[in-house]
Amino acid sequence: MTTALLDVSGLSCRRGGRRVFDSLSFSVAGGELLALTGRNGSGKTTLLRAIALLVPAQAGQVRWQGEDVRADREAWCRRLAWLGHQEGLKGDLTVAENIAVAERLRGHVPEPARLQAALLAFDLDRLAHRPVRTLSAGQRRRAALARVVASQAPLWLLDEPLNALDAAARAALEAALSTHLAAGGLAIAATHAPLAGARALELA
Amino acid sequence: MSGVGALFLRDLRLVWRRPGDVAVVLAFFVVATVLFPLGIGPETNLLARIAAGILWCAALFASLLSLDHLFAADYEDGSLDLLLLAPWPLELAALAKCAAHWAVTGLPLAILAPLLGVAFGLDDRSLLVLALTLLVGTPALSLIGGLAAALTLGARRGGALLALLALPLCVPTLIFGASAIEASATGEGFMVHLAILGALALVSLATLPWAIAAALRQAGE
Repeated sequence: MTTALLDVSGLSCRRGGRRVFDSLSFSVAGGELLALTGRNGSGKTTLLRAIALLVPAQAGQVRWQGEDVRADREAWCRRLAWLGHQEGLKGDLTVAENIAVAERLRGHVPEPARLQAALLAFDLDRLAHRPVRTLSAGQRRRAALARVVASQAPLWLLDEPLNALDAAARAALEAALSTHLAAGGLAIAATHAPLAGARALELA
Repeated sequence: MSGVGALFLRDLRLVWRRPGDVAVVLAFFVVATVLFPLGIGPETNLLARIAAGILWCAALFASLLSLDHLFAADYEDGSLDLLLLAPWPLELAALAKCAAHWAVTGLPLAILAPLLGVAFGLDDRSLLVLALTLLVGTPALSLIGGLAAALTLGARRGGALLALLALPLCVPTLIFGASAIEASATGEGFMVHLAILGALALVSLATLPWAIAAALRQAGE
């Protein structure tokens, strides 16, 4: 087994006085896809947000290459690509503009070739100059996934990535995931539907 | 720094795509101020005396009117998560958003106000002082309003709550902004008032981005 890049140990979260999960420990190695499964309200989203430091954990640690990620939040943010319930796209900007702005917000200068490749991966090249508000839910989801691909971050955190995707888009996501994993990347996805090649972690 | 600039430009571009939002705010400012001379009647002396207070109050309300969406839009479409996850301080994001808000409301209000001042019979010097005080004072309004907008994220009836939170905090700016024009008219000189307005804006600039960022982190949880 390869050495784990991401180590979660004894992570506990409480929201509004209610225990969401307690002393959760797992690790993810380079090239591995972890699928978080579990019923609605089992804490999949909270776990993803806790890993991204969007939600404070009451106990436990998230370590990247052995170092607590809280020690350098900005370096940690640079390693993350995030897809939440909401896509994080601006309706009045076009698909291409949205991805370029997201890249700039991450402190990157967008490379046209990389953006184009990300758009092509999700069959968005013909929609690239359409304002996002004119797109369907599935098309918006694809645009957000293209944003994740364009970020080239080593760790993808995806909350229900398959939502609203049709069969073709699903295949595109699985292809993008396998390219990402083959390059040594990691991904954690909260999902109800099975994802090809994923190791499952069931949250009680 | 490029991330901060990108956020500022993104917000300006979003306003540019929807010019109606800013037009409504400026139209409100014009209509609200023009109602006073109509209601009070052609008493030139009285109008000139109360003009500064009316224009400043109207500018304050107009600036609050557009604050509803400042962070709420990002909160609703998930962009706030991307700001929280940007590899640079959230304080700078708060500052960039307030700066963009000022550029599309405070700045045009300061340019528009002297034109409306004519309707109140203000003399040339007072018109100049009015524009100057608004130029120096409105950044504080954008920052205070930004804090109220961040604190009321996700709250029901956020708009009314926002005004209730922001208005009392804007009182010092309002007092010194309006009294500068009166001081200038009576020949006292307005530099002291302008300096205090500048100080209020600088104190807001030095403290509020941190408070706004804390409120945004809370909202993101």
